[in-house]
Amino acid sequence: MRKVYLDNAATTYVSSEALAEMLPCFNTIYGNANSLHEFGREASNIVDRARDRIANAINAKSNEIYFTSGGTEADNWAIKGIAHAYANKGKHIITSAIEHHAVLDSCKQLEKEGYEVTYLPVDKYGLVNLADLIHAIKKTTTLVSIMAVNNEVGTIQNLKAIAKTAHEYGVIFHTDAVQAIGAVHINVKDMEIDAMSMSSHKIYGPKGVGCLYLKNGIRIEPLIAGGAQERAKRGGTVNVPAVAGFGKAVEIAVRDLGMNQQKLKAIRTYFLDQVTEKIPYIQINGHPHQKINGIVNISFEMIEGESILMLLDLSGVAVSTASACTSNALEPSHVLRAMNVPDEIAQGAIRFSFGKNITRSDIDYVVEVLQKSVEQLRSISPITKAGRK
Amino acid sequence: MYSKEIIERFKNPRNAGGLKGANGVGKVGNASCGDIMKVYLRIDENEIVKDARFKTFGCCAAIASTDVACDLVKGKTVEEALKVTNKQVYDILGEMPAHKIHCSVLAEEAIHAAVEDYYKKKEKESKKAAKQDK
Repeated sequence: MRKVYLDNAATTYVSSEALAEMLPCFNTIYGNANSLHEFGREASNIVDRARDRIANAINAKSNEIYFTSGGTEADNWAIKGIAHAYANKGKHIITSAIEHHAVLDSCKQLEKEGYEVTYLPVDKYGLVNLADLIHAIKKTTTLVSIMAVNNEVGTIQNLKAIAKTAHEYGVIFHTDAVQAIGAVHINVKDMEIDAMSMSSHKIYGPKGVGCLYLKNGIRIEPLIAGGAQERAKRGGTVNVPAVAGFGKAVEIAVRDLGMNQQKLKAIRTYFLDQVTEKIPYIQINGHPHQKINGIVNISFEMIEGESILMLLDLSGVAVSTASACTSNALEPSHVLRAMNVPDEIAQGAIRFSFGKNITRSDIDYVVEVLQKSVEQLRSISPITKAGRK
Repeated sequence: MYSKEIIERFKNPRNAGGLKGANGVGKVGNASCGDIMKVYLRIDENEIVKDARFKTFGCCAAIASTDVACDLVKGKTVEEALKVTNKQVYDILGEMPAHKIHCSVLAEEAIHAAVEDYYKKKEKESKKAAKQDK
């Protein structure tokens, strides 16, 4: 059976270039990067190189990159670590209603500790309004955390304007850029970003590794205690092979950004043209143009997302409903809800996320399978065209 | 995540679609929770369920559950149909994720709602008949 993977926003394969960087680190350069001897120094050189590559890619300094176990840890650390470090200034933080659960659940933990959190609303395209942000900032606000690119609908926030606004009020700005790397240009100095979470496995690097960029001078409390690693801010032996692969993956993602985006834009346009031509009663969720090319979110009216996902899967096409992290939930996506998409429409949402190797022939196959699946499910749906909202 | 039975029932449901001449129709659930089930029953004068079909908006487990529930009531009396439980549905489908068990409960409710609809219609008809007699 033909297989087409359209769930690259969940994870990607590891590129051969990243893998090549990793392999020697398993059994040749296997020292502990914190050991003083030559075995350790060799490993440390690998880690340093990866750090340099990442720093270069986002215009940061190398000593502003802290490796973590992934984007989720980086989000947890940034939110809790910064909130705790600045607790004497105040206990109010601001985020948005459409963040990844790594951010939202960290905020909820802080609320239990007595912090106050404002969850900014978004408009129907998923954009945060600057006036809402200004209105929410108080004397006790220490941190604003707004994601760069939404993982479900692909909407790109006005990051620089948000960061500037936070700074005008003396508030630190963090962004979850997990979906942004390789999709939009990120320059932390120019965009005035103080802290930024990144992940490896969305950009053809290995799983289980990511990093937090933290601007020098911004204080943070460690999330993981237990050693002098990562400038005594993040304990635990550095995962050298993963870091090596991550560093290479970031370098390639940023190097090839223009080329990949051009290709994805053509694929996305082709896909949307085909789908809108062949399948009636659909709604495209997200911003019409201020969005990344790799993510397309479509609601198929009168049917439910998981059943679409499963039928596609039975034909070898992998997609996701909302995000993989929430696919066990019964409630419609919190992102689509925040965008005011009616529940019935939100339940029929599917996220298609394209990888760099996608072809037009893949898209033709997906559209063919999609059309059949949607027709099959609609034929047994109790919701009628007349009765739909 | 899903048993073979669920996948098979989802892929090729035996009882999917509407039913002409249905005299008991029940609809349960709502879109916010992600499931709407509509069950159609054709019940004969001896109160035997001659046919049962369904239309479902929902996940695999929801579609498979309604399909099984229809099988369970076919050939039974309406009284017996009211005794169909979600456990019977669950037992046929095999393992399903904990958060999907409500699908089998909803299927039971859909059957009950269809039978109740049949009783209501019957009552209406008998009242109508009584009126005409007067």
